[in-house]
Amino acid sequence: MTDAVIDLRGATVAYDGRVALSGVDLHVASREVVAVLGANGSGKSTLIRAVLGLVPLAAGDLALFGTPFSRFHDWTRIGYVPQRGGATTGVPATVREVVSTGRLALTGLRRPRAADRQAVDRAIATVGLSDRAGDSVSTLSGGQQQRVLIARALTCDPELLVLDEPTAGVDAASQAGLAETLGQLANGGATIVLVAHELGPMAPLITRAVTMVDGQVLHDGAPPDSDHLHLHDPEHAHPVHEPHPSTRHVWGLR
Amino acid sequence: MNPLAFDFMQRALIAALLVGLAAPAVGVFLVQRRLSLMGDGIGHIALTGVALGFLLGTAPVLTAVIVASIGAVVIELVRQQGRTGGDVALALMFYGGIAGGVLLIGLSPGGSNANLLSYLFGSLTAVSPTDVVIISALSGALLLTLAVVGRQMFAVCHDEEYAKVAGLPVRTLNLLLAVMAALTVTVAMRVVGLLLVSALMVVPVATAQQLVRGFRATVVVALGAGVLASVSGVLGSYYADTAPGALIVVVALGCFALASVGGVLVRHRRRTTGDLLVAPTALTTTKEPTPR
Repeated sequence: MTDAVIDLRGATVAYDGRVALSGVDLHVASREVVAVLGANGSGKSTLIRAVLGLVPLAAGDLALFGTPFSRFHDWTRIGYVPQRGGATTGVPATVREVVSTGRLALTGLRRPRAADRQAVDRAIATVGLSDRAGDSVSTLSGGQQQRVLIARALTCDPELLVLDEPTAGVDAASQAGLAETLGQLANGGATIVLVAHELGPMAPLITRAVTMVDGQVLHDGAPPDSDHLHLHDPEHAHPVHEPHPSTRHVWGLR
Repeated sequence: MNPLAFDFMQRALIAALLVGLAAPAVGVFLVQRRLSLMGDGIGHIALTGVALGFLLGTAPVLTAVIVASIGAVVIELVRQQGRTGGDVALALMFYGGIAGGVLLIGLSPGGSNANLLSYLFGSLTAVSPTDVVIISALSGALLLTLAVVGRQMFAVCHDEEYAKVAGLPVRTLNLLLAVMAALTVTVAMRVVGLLLVSALMVVPVATAQQLVRGFRATVVVALGAGVLASVSGVLGSYYADTAPGALIVVVALGCFALASVGGVLVRHRRRTTGDLLVAPTALTTTKEPTPR
């Protein structure tokens, strides 16, 4: 299985004694577009954090691109889009400054060259924020902040893109834009793993869905029919046009 | 009398210039991390180091560097654990630092709390030729280090998890920042004093934030505000015959107040001209002409 991008076996993760993942396997082959679905607390975010080595495994093995995780250093091959929230900190930063940090996996300690700056500009253009590149990220809307984090993940042209709830609190237009960007990347040969509550306009891209319940994989296979994804589950219905309550304040211009 | 005619004033001004640069340069990362009070805590711990120097009969600056660095590393390790008890653990260290300092100075031969005063609030005459050498070397090292790892430090302080996935040495950079904060505190203590050093790390950064939008721009303005406050504070305290630390911080706070008013005016103007809706970059320092 040489083309396995992600090979996670028997992964168990516990936070303070509470088991968040219990013996989970996840194998993702090159060029797959995998959606990890599930309710809050089902372990879906923990699963992709485990894949990236952000949470230690209490048991199990992880290999990325065929390399055991302990020996894996090829981080330029991975683009990570975390859940939004960490986008603003105590000191404001511009869109270009934040996106530029994505290039550090490649540049290391050397100073950025023209090629690095061009890669950053290209990534910003990909998400349609070129006219906001010099603006503070904190002045952007929720959907735009999400696009900044996506641009940051694209600066090294990753082979594997991992996105944690990229559509949470994002307006319909930005969701459509995100779906288009991901579609282009998938066509270009990228492998994509994303966590989502709802697939929305991304549904046609998904080649496989993994549904998590209580830290275990309930379903792994063909993606559910997007029309019925939430209709049978009123508790998890999230109208696309409704911003997430916790991020509603960023929608108005200050 | 021209203050520059005195050797001690020349030394104090050189120290003030370097401290005015180094303190905000390191402080900006603490503010970015929302650890603005960390410099304060390290200052408390450094006091024990100063007193230890008196007790052992060695240079107080040296022992302060060692004790403050150990304290800063412990604070960082507690923070990395992320336990809710971390907050209390930090408080214990801060109080222990002050109490330890006062206790040790009382035990040292010929020591009195008067010895500590110049370290607590800074002193114009305290900067010896040796101090100038130490301050120059340490602030030079701090600024040089930041010139090399500044981008990575920014990434780690901005989004630690992302930095891990970018393969950056996050733990090492965090510990480096803690040690750099400790060095800054000890470098600045002769001029500003341990109780007020944190202000010089934080207030110029807060001042810059009122006026500019980006991180790099914040650093540049903060360094300017830091040098302005420290140099004018040292000069002013020569004429007013006060401890320089207090005047430096008052000047820094004055700059902050002015910048706040300026920031409100700038934002108001932005709103009334509708720039934010139409051309969001119109008032930043980009090279595009302002359409107005």
